[in-house]
Amino acid sequence: MTSVIGQLGAWAVLRVHEMGRMLLFVLSACAWLARPPFRFHQIMKQLHFIGYRSTFVVVLTAGFTGMVLALQGYYSLRKFGSEGLLGAAVALSMIRELGPVLAALMVTARAGSAMTAEIGIMRITEQIDALDTMAINPLQYLISPKLVAGVLGVPLLVAIFDVVGIYGGSLVGVDLLGVSQGAYWNSVESAVEWKDVYGGLLKSISFGLIVSWVCCYKGFYTRQSAEGLGSATTEAVVLSSVLILVGDYFLTSVLL
Amino acid sequence: MIRLVGVEKKFADQPVLQGVDLTIPVGKLTTIIGGSGSGKSVLLKHIIGLLQPDRGEVWVDDVEISRLSGTRLNDVRKRFAMLFQGAALFDSLSVFENVAFPLREKLRMKGPEVGQRVEEKLKEVGLSGMGHKFPAELSGGMRKRAGLARALVMEPEIILFDEPTTGLDPLLAKSIHDLIVAMQRRFGFTAIMVSHEIPEIFGISDWVAMLRKGKIVLMATAAEFQRTTDPDIQEFISVGGTVALPGPLAG
Repeated sequence: MTSVIGQLGAWAVLRVHEMGRMLLFVLSACAWLARPPFRFHQIMKQLHFIGYRSTFVVVLTAGFTGMVLALQGYYSLRKFGSEGLLGAAVALSMIRELGPVLAALMVTARAGSAMTAEIGIMRITEQIDALDTMAINPLQYLISPKLVAGVLGVPLLVAIFDVVGIYGGSLVGVDLLGVSQGAYWNSVESAVEWKDVYGGLLKSISFGLIVSWVCCYKGFYTRQSAEGLGSATTEAVVLSSVLILVGDYFLTSVLL
Repeated sequence: MIRLVGVEKKFADQPVLQGVDLTIPVGKLTTIIGGSGSGKSVLLKHIIGLLQPDRGEVWVDDVEISRLSGTRLNDVRKRFAMLFQGAALFDSLSVFENVAFPLREKLRMKGPEVGQRVEEKLKEVGLSGMGHKFPAELSGGMRKRAGLARALVMEPEIILFDEPTTGLDPLLAKSIHDLIVAMQRRFGFTAIMVSHEIPEIFGISDWVAMLRKGKIVLMATAAEFQRTTDPDIQEFISVGGTVALPGPLAG
């Protein structure tokens, strides 16, 4: 019994230590942003990697999400004779919920895992130590630009996701299922309010931070082996995804 | 002068360094030898502040660096460069960009001066015209040369070499050793090398120190080191044989 309690205690101490280290990691990386030299080129490079290069997968996901949402929504709304509200149903679902969550999950899968692997390989091959020996802070050079790119890139991708998703819904609802085009777009316009857009934006900023934070952290503290790198990448994707979904629930509770 | 006083380090309750006392002479090539896993690379990382000792002190001239961090530690590190075991070149940058990296990032140097200094260093290490290649396109020996060029480009006072010839065939290993000695003689920096290459290191080092059971058990000039009567050290160094030493190196 005592040993079980001891093991539980050791596990809890380890988790608290890990959380403290994660918090210090992100705070230090943010603090380094305020100190020269300012690395705009690095930030742009990361924005290109996280944002631009994720565009295709985000557009593809958004299109099909909007389409399936219209399909499901149409058959549910038809039962109540409310097909005219299809635009509102698609737009609100996309802007408030699916856009931020799905775009962030796609960024985690495409860019987040790559970030962990890249930083992890740099750790294993002593490239991060090399930065240290050159008196260049690795947090400032490697991590801070990725955090900024995550916070800026994900909201932009979410905006694209929302627009493409609503158009995907229109493609199925209006062009295939025969909902009036005027009714679809009119219900979008009348249902969507600024607070919906604001809520989605706030979520996407939070998710962008979560993805870049968790993925960079897991890569930075990779254990020195190929196995360690593999498990770091898996942990980064799983933890980011779980935190996005858990965070989504709590943010929704606050924003509603 | 670099001085380690009573340096102790444990990893997960496993003692690695158990009271290392070591003084590195200025402007000389000092090689640290020892068995695999004896803590040589760990010792090197303490000297440049990549690791902090559990106990003891690491002095670089009159600055005790073992408890320094941030800007103050970086100020000391500006005097150092390090050639890592795998060269630690940045994969995403070409050889030219790797060598130019410290100039651009630390000195904020721009324009033709960067190109001039980088080409000069690449020529010195025998990589002239290879600047456009990426690390993945280089052989092991070329990577080490590129790493050496990057270490030399800031013209540091102290360069650390972590097993610079590991994984190279004997001819390439000799060429890297010759290059290190030539650069050290030419620029006069303090060189600290960790190596397994016995007996070659006796032919190139001014001083040799042996790390065993977490302590420096002998530090002597290369000539004196080979004449030691300690049976354990003799057994360790006799596996590779001995080399005749040119006079000036022994001093």
